[in-house]
Amino acid sequence: MINFGSGNTVIKSKLISRRMFVLTAAKTIVFCGIFGRLVSLQINEATKYKTLSDKNRFREWKLAPQRGIIRDYFDKEIASNEKVYQLHITPENSPNLETLFFRLKTILNLSDRRIFYLKRKIAKQKPWEPIIVSDNLTWSEFSRINLFLHELPGVEPIVSVARQYPDQSTAHLVGYVSQVSQKDLQKKQYLKDMSVGIAVGKTGLENKLDKDIIGKVGFQRYEVNAFGKRIKQIQIDPGESGKNYRTTLDLEVQKYTSEVLEDKAASVCVMDIYNGDIITMASSPSYDPNSFVHGIDKKYWNELISNEKKPLNNKAIAGLYPPGSTIKIIVALSALENGIWNPKKYLNCSGVTELYGEKFHCWKKKGHGPMNMRSAIQRSCDVYFYEVARLLGVDRLSETAKKFGLGKKVLDGFIEERAGVVPSTAWKRKFIGKNWYLGETLHSGIGQGYFQSTPLQLCLMTAQIANGGFEIKPRVLTNEKKNNLREYIKYKNENPNEPLPVDMLVSNFDLKPLFRNQENINFVKDAMFAATNEAGGTSFRSRYNDQKFMFAGKTGSSQIKRFTELQRELEIKQKDIDYKDRDHALFVAFAPYSDPKYAISVVVEHGGTGSGSAAPIAKKVIKKVLERDQLRENVKNLTGEEI
Amino acid sequence: MFQPRSIQSSMTLRDKIVSMDYVLVLSILLLGIISMFAMYSTDGGKFDYHTKSHILRFGVFFLMFLVISLFQIRFWYQTSTLLYLSFFVLLLGVKYFGLTSSGSQRWLNFYFMNLQPSELMKIGLILFLAKYYHRISTQDVNRIKFLFLPVVALVAPVLLVVAQPDLGTSILIALGGITVSWLAGVRVKFFAYASILFISLTPIAIAFLKPYQKARILTFLNPDRDPLGAGYQIIQSKIAIGSGGIFGKGFLNGSQSYLDYLPEKHTDFIFTLFSEEFGFVGSLFILILYSIIIFRLISIGDVTRSSFGKLYCYSFATAFFIYVAVNMGMVLGLLPIVGAPLPIMSYGGSSMLAIMLGLGIAMSCKIYKDTPVN
Repeated sequence: MINFGSGNTVIKSKLISRRMFVLTAAKTIVFCGIFGRLVSLQINEATKYKTLSDKNRFREWKLAPQRGIIRDYFDKEIASNEKVYQLHITPENSPNLETLFFRLKTILNLSDRRIFYLKRKIAKQKPWEPIIVSDNLTWSEFSRINLFLHELPGVEPIVSVARQYPDQSTAHLVGYVSQVSQKDLQKKQYLKDMSVGIAVGKTGLENKLDKDIIGKVGFQRYEVNAFGKRIKQIQIDPGESGKNYRTTLDLEVQKYTSEVLEDKAASVCVMDIYNGDIITMASSPSYDPNSFVHGIDKKYWNELISNEKKPLNNKAIAGLYPPGSTIKIIVALSALENGIWNPKKYLNCSGVTELYGEKFHCWKKKGHGPMNMRSAIQRSCDVYFYEVARLLGVDRLSETAKKFGLGKKVLDGFIEERAGVVPSTAWKRKFIGKNWYLGETLHSGIGQGYFQSTPLQLCLMTAQIANGGFEIKPRVLTNEKKNNLREYIKYKNENPNEPLPVDMLVSNFDLKPLFRNQENINFVKDAMFAATNEAGGTSFRSRYNDQKFMFAGKTGSSQIKRFTELQRELEIKQKDIDYKDRDHALFVAFAPYSDPKYAISVVVEHGGTGSGSAAPIAKKVIKKVLERDQLRENVKNLTGEEI
Repeated sequence: MFQPRSIQSSMTLRDKIVSMDYVLVLSILLLGIISMFAMYSTDGGKFDYHTKSHILRFGVFFLMFLVISLFQIRFWYQTSTLLYLSFFVLLLGVKYFGLTSSGSQRWLNFYFMNLQPSELMKIGLILFLAKYYHRISTQDVNRIKFLFLPVVALVAPVLLVVAQPDLGTSILIALGGITVSWLAGVRVKFFAYASILFISLTPIAIAFLKPYQKARILTFLNPDRDPLGAGYQIIQSKIAIGSGGIFGKGFLNGSQSYLDYLPEKHTDFIFTLFSEEFGFVGSLFILILYSIIIFRLISIGDVTRSSFGKLYCYSFATAFFIYVAVNMGMVLGLLPIVGAPLPIMSYGGSSMLAIMLGLGIAMSCKIYKDTPVN
């Protein structure tokens, strides 16, 4: 090759150095860029990336808490937990979900819809979070899964616990749990951080107590590697199982009542008149609350909603009925309290009375003859009460009715409970937008027309009369607010000669009297006694002669459809008309008469007459309740309860 | 040629050792030691396979670097064509006898190690072109006749490496070659023509790209495109570096690498691991060490009198810089993931061999800075 002189080499060196200078400058810029990037990642955004790194490292598995147990007054379980066999899938442990579902379909009989739903759910959640394929496997399904387990990667058979309701009679009061819905998530904030698959209370007590009975969700936090393998446990919080509750119910009475009601569309409420303890609150026909726990079967659901007796409806608090003649005790009380009527005053009932040309009939076509207030209650004379109501006026009646518990909700936190209606002139103007007619006052005087009440309200009304006219707060749970009424009674028994003035009741015993003059209450109680225990009384046929069980009650029947003049002429009997058009039968009572302890209300839908179908039911239930009264007292003494 | 040839060739071993660049030697040694600790950490805090192997390689190749430094620069000048050709033959050998691993054929099996000739070609091409431009005059550089050979010498190995397929290494080889040409004085317009040609050929090239390579480029443009697939590496690497913060999570405490979120942590992502454990301070230290090495290499180029030495040192310094910048840019999410190891730090024998060879020749330039090559 050619050998160049040194001059050329110098030129070359200069050229190389010049170009190198450009490259060095470029290098400096690039390294500055890398430096800047390091500053931005490791200093400016360090916190963000630290969080992301922890998100990588830690995984949490939630532990579902056990739901609290609901017991009756005698500690018998009415909502408990049972062992169930479940099937979970952890999607990331399964190499192929398609094949897995295909295999499961043959083993478990999964429907295509269910599989579609599960796949959609898997797509939404983290791959390591288990998904519940089936929450209640039969033993044979469970053992089949275990047999094939080695060929089903990702599948975990799990023994867990789920809600169980041992008896159907409490279905309405206790309610049921079921899977969380979108609506539940919106309404119940505490469900936000609960694990998937947890059951939530939908109705009754389960719904009312949900927040505390559901428990506290626990979690396990693990450090995991990139392949999802757990490396070490970082933290564990076992959570807390839900609070247990003891109710005031007597499961024995509840069951018995359900049996007595058979499959009538009816309801029975029994209440302790001193502390408001609800001994029984049955609604018939019932349904199986267990069927909701694992997702209700479509066929059973259709059966329930198409049944005209409405088994899902809790008739005791959600059923609205005109109170019928049972309101007469309030009408009488109101008239006496307002001093517009002398109870000894006689009126002649000829079976019909007239007002501005409109005829108002008594239920007895022939009429009752001369009646005073006591006998008018005893025989439930409508004509007598038309006159009392006319003089009393609807507004004074409505005031007394409201005072005794009608027209407003009785319990707290039962979403299904309804308030009913106590009509007044103001009410009509507000809700119907029309003026009140005097004729409507007459209808209201016998509990018809706009009047609407729930059986529990009627029971409360009766209880507050039976206890001497003091306000009580009905309750379903034993640990709710206490009432001093029994202490007052005890005090009075010990010091019979020192009648406590009413205003001292309020300060010493925190009691609210609902009367102006307790004599009026006693008068009504006596009239109710006559209705059951004296010949001619409407519920005379259902009386007990034994002092121990002797009760006092008032019948009622509320019209569904107005009787036509023709039907009246033909003396059509209730049992001869369509089931749907028959009157509702009502009965309220308290027992025992000599020393009242319990109040009861019975409503039989389309039962005809109160004396014919409601009073006999009350008779049976009263006996059962009073037989178990001593047992209840024993528990009270055992647990040292004050009331 | 200011000093008689006889004086140069009669340097004693002691003279040679004294005239070495000790800042460079110490920086390399320090980096090597740091890399051993990093490798120890990738093995999960155990003295395991990767650590042992890395220490052995670093030891052997560092000694090799010292021995190579003592060779006459004339020796490297004379053998450069031969080296280039033998590396080329090895590359051809890969095509026919190479080992295939994770979809690409890059390695030749020698009994003591699996050699990746494409790594050696990085140095081979620089040597070859440095010699070529040393021999032709400045006036001839931009003649078409004289451009022909460099283009062929560059394109042939690059095509072989692309076909393996190994996009990352082929780009690095090409950049090394381009650097030499640029420094030798090839006019800007030729680079412009070449880039126009390259860009116009790109659509055709894309058609030949493997699906995973296409995915990588798309992923670089938008890492969130496929967070669990191709974007995973970039995202996890950024998380690891960012979560290191200023002082890092501490030695052996890098959760990202420990729990296997970090891919390729021994090789391409070794800087990520180090950065996670030692934070911004550690990263900056590494960056400074590399800057010192590059700066010393450029200084050697400055003091070397022969054009061959200058071209070689400058080009090698630039290539070394590119390797570092590409790797860091990649793990910091500034460049697409192309598969480029970090010099000295990354696990991998061939890369270490090539880098030590390159550094050794540069050191030889330092020792024989005044010796003419021909």
